[in-house]
Amino acid sequence: MSNLRFTDSALSEWMRGNGQDSDIVISTRVRVARNLQHLPFPLLATDQQSGEVLERLTDVLKNKDDLQDFGDLHVIKLSEIDELDKKVLVEKHLISPNLANESRNGAVILTEDESVSIMINEEDHLRIQCLYPGFQVREAWARATALDDVFESEIDYAFDDKRGYLTSCPTNVGTGLRASVMMHLPALVMTQQINRILSAVSQVGLTVRGIYGEGSEALGNLFQISNQITLGQTESEIIENLHSVALQIIEHEKNARARLLGESKLRITDRVMRSYGILSYAAVMDSKEAAQRLSDVRLGVDLGLLEGPEIPVMNELNVKTQPGFLQKTYGEGMTPSERDMYRAKLIRETLGTH
Amino acid sequence: MLCQECGKRPATLHFTKIVNGEKTEFHFCETCAREKGELIPGTSNGFSIHSLLSGLLDLDPSGKGQSPGAKMAQTLQCEECGMTYSQFSKLGRFGCSSCYKYFSDRLDPLFKRVHGGTSHVGKVPKRTGGRIQIKRQIDDLKKELQIRIVQEEFETAAEIRDQIRELERNMAQG
Repeated sequence: MSNLRFTDSALSEWMRGNGQDSDIVISTRVRVARNLQHLPFPLLATDQQSGEVLERLTDVLKNKDDLQDFGDLHVIKLSEIDELDKKVLVEKHLISPNLANESRNGAVILTEDESVSIMINEEDHLRIQCLYPGFQVREAWARATALDDVFESEIDYAFDDKRGYLTSCPTNVGTGLRASVMMHLPALVMTQQINRILSAVSQVGLTVRGIYGEGSEALGNLFQISNQITLGQTESEIIENLHSVALQIIEHEKNARARLLGESKLRITDRVMRSYGILSYAAVMDSKEAAQRLSDVRLGVDLGLLEGPEIPVMNELNVKTQPGFLQKTYGEGMTPSERDMYRAKLIRETLGTH
Repeated sequence: MLCQECGKRPATLHFTKIVNGEKTEFHFCETCAREKGELIPGTSNGFSIHSLLSGLLDLDPSGKGQSPGAKMAQTLQCEECGMTYSQFSKLGRFGCSSCYKYFSDRLDPLFKRVHGGTSHVGKVPKRTGGRIQIKRQIDDLKKELQIRIVQEEFETAAEIRDQIRELERNMAQG
């Protein structure tokens, strides 16, 4: 079924908007993990049991006045869409690789603007995820907890006095809350302050990952910073801690950018222009280089060194240059070197330089 | 370099721990590191969180040097979903919510290591968690009561005491 609306465009509606500090924070994501009482977690659930989970959770959507604020909700069963569409949903961060690959009776519920995605039968029965542009940790949490309340009004969650919300993985137990901000930190990388900052971050209960989650590389100077602790802290402590640490990092990145501009404007301009030139005219482009060059150009635009593509175009390119999207655009089954060629073509066309 | 713990096996894990700005270097062999639970994130970019967790949970599969407690843990099993503790320690994931009950005795050290805390203090679901909310309310009132007594505000203290009794009565009635 290649006419899945959500995989046609690289840009989710929400990405067109600009949130607070969107020159540094690309997006904010909050998710809560929940499970139903008296049913084994998806890891051990039978086909019938995971089917029951799917039915009970999607039933909540019916006739719920509380859900009106969220607009139309679309239920997509993973078994009913093809592999390429799954890949594209992963690249847009609307579902996890885990849901795409391993899930039985897996499904995702999406809002029209794709800012909310509710995963069913992932590692936990229910994972409510809210994605916002820019730096909006509190707003994303407010929306996620409101949705949680809607489900909770109909469903008995697995909850324990002492341990809180019970989850399949011990790293999520308690609040089940993972909040993260995706930050573009080129100046901290260039001025070699990044390691110092990242190690400080890890000492206050936060963790840093690549953009596609656990184990993925921090490509293109993009870092995803999230809370590590879910048990023993309240949700607002977790949210406020992330909020204040992210604010400090934003401040450091701003200072580093100002210093770069002050001390080495010519060098930075040269770097930005070279990257823009290469993106505009290269015939072959691997994903690592694309990520790095796009990072340079984004920095150039933010610093006013380049009247180049607007931020939504840059966001779009980050997603569109991923393997799934390239295949979606230019046809399936390409070799890695063909992908590099089409990636270069796509970037040239998007930048309008052919 | 030999392992600083056993002094016999070669040290294969080297890492630096920074606590409150104080730097300490460690050189362990894998066995001692595992025993000490020092397999920390950051030493292992390629590791998944589950393999890290299973490193924290793993019992010596050879059966050598096991404490009686560890042997008992191997036979621990969740009666609801059938997952054994040793399966849990390999997978790093629970099979169902009852696993938390059946493995309960062994979870505090794990949660302390992963989260620093062992008890939930956050959001409580209204439907299943009504009792907990009342319990928290009672705890808060008891603290308030102590303060009022110390400050010799006995009238307010008496009011709070009545509120506590009322809540306790509600809870007892279910």
